[in-house]
Amino acid sequence: MFRNTYDSDNTVFSPQGRLHQVEYALEAVKQGSAAVGLRSKTHSILLALKRSTGELASYQQKMFRIDDHVGIAIAGLTSDARVLSNFMRQQAMSSKMAFNRPIPVNRLVSAIADKAQVNTQEYGRRPYGVGFLVIGQDQSGPHLYEFSPSGNSYEYYAMSIGARSQSAKTYLEKHYESFADCSLEDLIQHGLHALRETLQQDKDLNVNNTSIGIVGAPSTHEKTTGVSFRILEGETIQPFLDTMVPKDAPAPAAAPAASTDEDVQMAE
Amino acid sequence: MPDMVTLPHSSLSGKPQQRQFNPYSENGGTILAISGADFSVIAGDTRQSEGYSIQTRYAPKVFRLTDNAVLAVNGFAADGNMFVKQVRQRLEWYRHAHAKDMPLRAIARLIQTMLYARRFFPYYVYNILGGIEEDGSGAVYSFDPVGSYERESCRAAGAAQSLVQPFLDNQIYFKNQVPRPGHPHPQHLSLETVIQLVIDSFTSATERHIEVGDGLEMFVVLAKGSPLHGLENFDGVQEMTVTNEGERIFVVRRNLKRD
Amino acid sequence: MDHFPTNWGRPRNDAFDAYGTYPISQRPYNGPTTDAFSDGIQHTQQPIVTGTSVLAIKYKDGIMMAADNLASYGSLARFKDIQRLHPVGNNTVIGAGGDMSDFQYIQALLDQLMIEEFTEQDGHSLGPSEIHEYLSHVMYSRRSKMDPLWNSLIVGGFKDEKRFLSYVDLLGTTYSASTLATGYGSYIAQPLLRKAVEGNEDVLTEDEAVKILEQSMKVLFYRDARSLNKYQIAKITADGVSVSESRSVETHWSFAEGIRGYGAQTQ
Repeated sequence: MFRNTYDSDNTVFSPQGRLHQVEYALEAVKQGSAAVGLRSKTHSILLALKRSTGELASYQQKMFRIDDHVGIAIAGLTSDARVLSNFMRQQAMSSKMAFNRPIPVNRLVSAIADKAQVNTQEYGRRPYGVGFLVIGQDQSGPHLYEFSPSGNSYEYYAMSIGARSQSAKTYLEKHYESFADCSLEDLIQHGLHALRETLQQDKDLNVNNTSIGIVGAPSTHEKTTGVSFRILEGETIQPFLDTMVPKDAPAPAAAPAASTDEDVQMAE
Repeated sequence: MPDMVTLPHSSLSGKPQQRQFNPYSENGGTILAISGADFSVIAGDTRQSEGYSIQTRYAPKVFRLTDNAVLAVNGFAADGNMFVKQVRQRLEWYRHAHAKDMPLRAIARLIQTMLYARRFFPYYVYNILGGIEEDGSGAVYSFDPVGSYERESCRAAGAAQSLVQPFLDNQIYFKNQVPRPGHPHPQHLSLETVIQLVIDSFTSATERHIEVGDGLEMFVVLAKGSPLHGLENFDGVQEMTVTNEGERIFVVRRNLKRD
Repeated sequence: MDHFPTNWGRPRNDAFDAYGTYPISQRPYNGPTTDAFSDGIQHTQQPIVTGTSVLAIKYKDGIMMAADNLASYGSLARFKDIQRLHPVGNNTVIGAGGDMSDFQYIQALLDQLMIEEFTEQDGHSLGPSEIHEYLSHVMYSRRSKMDPLWNSLIVGGFKDEKRFLSYVDLLGTTYSASTLATGYGSYIAQPLLRKAVEGNEDVLTEDEAVKILEQSMKVLFYRDARSLNKYQIAKITADGVSVSESRSVETHWSFAEGIRGYGAQTQ
């Protein structure tokens, strides 16, 4: 696939000043199915596309609850995600134990970003092959962060990661200015529309392949009364799928996908 | 110049002496739990004291763990609060791993192992766990400080245990009561009766025990689909249910005498 | 530096680090483990230089606390200008009775904690309830090691329009109430404070609160032999924290002449 000289060890720069192992890790994120995150003044939400390896298999879990106020959606290696989410849960619990305070979301994201950074610099390690979208609510309101194996983390109004995520990003960039004042229902509708952009031609979002994660006051379609992070899956998301506006022209929608879906060619 | 005084060995009985820090205290109060066919009532007073001093008139001793489990903790307050925090964290890890709440009997076993882990530096606390089992029946588990436990249908613990438990034996287990011919003792008591017994237990304990009083907190856990059993007629009932799994939790608060 | 070459170049140790998640600097120490002095550590068995009561009440605008400036060495009034009310951040004051060196250690600990919090620079800060929770863990874990920090502490604060007042001591025992007092104050001043404050938390003015504390400090000075007529008052309100200069109240001791029945004068 690649024939780079400087890619066998993450502690060695290429002459162009790049760390190829880290860039390959970012590729691993792009192999995972897409996840989308959006934020309004009152809510943060995640939407993710679940894959299954076939008719006989179940769908891969795409979302994890970290604490009452934090949840994540992942793209990339699920096993790496489980290690990191376990770490995030520990951090959240020790904040609860020591200070009786829900951990500020930015600190949780910084904590895993710092861990990921160590893996880009120390001998005998490999970077994590997974990216996260992290949503949460703390004293400063709702948040959405992206975490990536390079050790970077950024806060966003809206973001997408994973396969064909560029298509979702294009949708989000077009609409994000309206998100701040959106109702939860409208925010989810936007999320579903963005997630739909990442699908292959003949596929559709349905109750089996879609997960929705929410922090903030519940929608009228939900049964819960709490504002904690929750993951909606299966029949509970049907009312939200019903709000989607069908694409008018079925054929030429996902044109730009081809270039982003493939492995990126890197200059030597 | 006189010699320095050497103490005669006899006065110190010849053995080295050491004063030791005592890591325990006793903070008074009483807890109580009674189970019915499809409900459980777990109660405690809210006074916290040390010696003859009231430290505060409101320090909760009864804690909601899940929607079907409530834990009452009595003895050394610092151990009690820390123990509850620890149990809650273990339950949170269980939720992370299994995406559901831990069943009551599993919480009971968890508490036993956590207490016994400290067999040689015990948590100086008496625990009573109440709630609803997976089969929908009301249950009460009681523990000693090092983890011995059993399921019962009623238990009192703490400062006024010796006042309350005999009363419950008589009123719940009908000890020393001979049924009228043709009128056997009821199999299960109603929620209303149980709540009245709990209130009576605490008002009596408040009268006769200096460490009991100030406030009463009563948690009521109802099984899935169970009716309110007249709970709606009580003053100051507050619902504590979080999920929609079926079991429901309520708190009833009452004032007790503050003297 | 790990001086054991057998550990070099090994990415992880399965026994301690199953996921290989520890940075090298935090990996388990593999060097020699015996310390010739390890069994020679003395744990605190009794307080040495001690402070007496701390008083605290809730009032309309926040929390007010008082403590005198004395640190005693047994019955000797050893240090007469010690501050026992310590601001932590912008919303909290802790007041301490008990061993003063342990208290100064706690001050250093909390100051360090606040610096770490400040350097996050993310707009989050530790308020009184977080500080109290943290302190209670410190106190409880030290008592569990049979090496207590010999103090009774009162944490008072005001944050997000909420008053906070809570207690923690060398056993890790905690409680909160609208009036708190440590040491002799819990016997002598607490009844006076409760009578004046309970039920009036939301109407007491600052002046009234000061009066209540002054009165109680005076009573304590009359009755507590380890107290001093020189004390400070701290208030924590929406405007932040302030600890007053040392002050005193007028006392009269002429009645002492007439006391008979104990002391030097028995007739």
